[in-house]
Amino acid sequence: MSKVAIRGLYKIFGPKDREMVELVQGGMTKPDLMEQHGHVLGLEDINVDMAAGEITVIMGLSGSGKSTLIRHLNRLIDPSAGEILVDGEDVMKLGRAQLRALRQKKMSMVFQKFALLPHKTVQENAEMPLSVQGVDVSEQTAQARKWLARVGLDGFEDRFPAQLSGGMQQRVGIARALAANTDIMLMDEAFSALDPLIRTDMQDLLLELQAELQKTIVFITHDLDEALKIADHLVILKDGRVVQQGEPQDILLNPNDPYIEDFVSDINRARVLRVRSVMKPVSTDSFDGDVTANATLEDLITLSDGDTNRLYRVTDGNDVLGQLDMKDLVKALVPRTTTGPG
Amino acid sequence: MAGYDGVFDTLGLRDWCDQDKADAPMSMAQLLAQSGGDDGESTPLAFPSLDTLHESCARISQTRDVTEGLEQGFLGIRAELKYVLDPLTQPLSWLLDGTLFVFETTPWWVMIPLLVALSWFVSRSKPVTVFVAGVLVFFSIIDHYDVAMQTLAIVFVCTGLSVLLGVPIGIGMSKSQTAQRIIVPILDLLQTLPTFVYLIPLIFLFSVTESKIYGIAVIVYAIVPVIRLTDLGIRLVDQDVVEAANAFGMTPAQKLARVELPLALPNIMAGVNQTIMMSLAMVVIASMISAPGLGVLVLRGIRSLDLGVGIVAGLGIVLLAVILDRVSKAALARVDTHRGHQ
Ligand SMILES: Nc1ncnc2c1ncn2[C@@H]1O[C@H](COP(=O)(O)OP(=O)(O)O)[C@@H](O)[C@H]1O
Ligand SMILES: [Mg+2]
Repeated sequence: MSKVAIRGLYKIFGPKDREMVELVQGGMTKPDLMEQHGHVLGLEDINVDMAAGEITVIMGLSGSGKSTLIRHLNRLIDPSAGEILVDGEDVMKLGRAQLRALRQKKMSMVFQKFALLPHKTVQENAEMPLSVQGVDVSEQTAQARKWLARVGLDGFEDRFPAQLSGGMQQRVGIARALAANTDIMLMDEAFSALDPLIRTDMQDLLLELQAELQKTIVFITHDLDEALKIADHLVILKDGRVVQQGEPQDILLNPNDPYIEDFVSDINRARVLRVRSVMKPVSTDSFDGDVTANATLEDLITLSDGDTNRLYRVTDGNDVLGQLDMKDLVKALVPRTTTGPG
Repeated sequence: MAGYDGVFDTLGLRDWCDQDKADAPMSMAQLLAQSGGDDGESTPLAFPSLDTLHESCARISQTRDVTEGLEQGFLGIRAELKYVLDPLTQPLSWLLDGTLFVFETTPWWVMIPLLVALSWFVSRSKPVTVFVAGVLVFFSIIDHYDVAMQTLAIVFVCTGLSVLLGVPIGIGMSKSQTAQRIIVPILDLLQTLPTFVYLIPLIFLFSVTESKIYGIAVIVYAIVPVIRLTDLGIRLVDQDVVEAANAFGMTPAQKLARVELPLALPNIMAGVNQTIMMSLAMVVIASMISAPGLGVLVLRGIRSLDLGVGIVAGLGIVLLAVILDRVSKAALARVDTHRGHQ
């Protein structure tokens, strides 16, 4: 069972959103809905399963409905139709108090613009989720301290958010979310407001924390590099619809839509693609060497000195998983298009 | 016979008009017309005002009957209104009398240091505190200490009550569009109504010997800005932070106490500052309905054409206004800078 499941979700903005769902199901497009009925189509027939302990990345251009989608998970936005199941329970069936309990205990959130309390210190900000829950003050203090230290903010407890850089403010945001001690963490463009170098640091921090904590993370971004770096499961959104979802490597190698081809054409594929995504079943027993399945193609090019005649054995620990011909590697570096070469 | 006879005749209303002609009192115009030997037909195109129409049709009321009716109506419900309002507002009289008593009987060598200490506590500004001390000493030297204390006492009580009532009203307005739609026109009315005009119903309702009559006048006038700015302040709170509060499962009360009110505080304080200034302005005007203090001296100056008394008292009011403004502005600035902005 997936940790979070979204089933047939529709969101239409406007006073008569429920009535409009049928029109959209009947095939009405976003511009038509706007023109004829004055309603904005936000999300259309979204079905996503998010596995426990994985990072699900939702990617799309600005205005594609990413923020709208993530806000349905904790019902900051109510859907026009569809189900949102968290641990198998329909979030739509919760009463006010139950919904608050869900937000306090099951899901925490990190925001693009940090959304810290400006009149509270870093320490108080990190204590906020536990103080809302009514946890003991000593426990609040200890937890907040622990998580602030974990994200590298030792010694900054008594500062105010405005005294910190953007990167450090977002560290507070992450510490706050971690202090809530929830299974699920929602991150809406959490790193988009940061400078590129700091952004890389934060991505590394997130991956490091995730290796340790195995939370179910829903991460939103408009940046494909970021998505490929951290996604276990990638969902690509366009105009409120899912155009493709699956394993990131798979999407990169087999884009099913010109929109995604566009997206992936600018990527440094050698750095992103991994040996396991390109390897073939073993058909011989003489190899020029061994590589691990998780090595990037870039690693392999360095290893082979650029010699395309080599053949490597792909291993994972003691298991042999397959073989990789350098010629296949070179082919994989060229984006495949659904419309033929071009 | 008057100019509009024909109209009533053609409409077939003659019988209805003449039914009880006998008891109708004559209007001033009729009396004048009679004494001048004029039968009223000299102005056939007079505007069909109530008085003119009355000449042709006795069943139509004269204007003075309407004003009379209003007055009678008001007097009719006066007893009931008093029955409800008297007990409700009685504490205001006690509060005003009590505070005036305290301010008048506390010896100057206690009162002045106390007020200076209060200024320091609120403003934390040396120049402001020194200035307050200087003004208080100046009042004492020119023998205006007592009246200044009376004015100050009323301003304190009325501002305090305005805040106590105004902030909750403002909160209610910010939470409900309906409440806002109802209250905004009332506030507009209170702000545009010339101050003298709403003294009139107060004189009818309460006796001039009761302190609450001027207390109500001052509060009704001065409460407007604190309501408006509380409403505005809460509506202007950064919606990202409010969303974070929701996402971490705060109850509405927690959200109000921990996020909305603290973030709206600079605006609310600006409202309090304006409320203080408006209380002071109104206390002066309310001296016409028995409010003690500097206003009485101004009034005496006007009545007896005693220029000196009026000017000194006027200057005193200005000085009082300046110290109240400086102290409350300094407090406002302190709130703004308390969050670590450099
Ligand atoms: N409250 C709203 N009312 C009307 N339209 C909205 C509202 N919120 C979002 N939208 C529309 O929904 C679409 C998706 O918005 P959003 O989820 O914020 O996109 P993203 O986060 O991917 O940039 C946009 O076209 C936006 O204009
Ligand atoms: Mg967004």
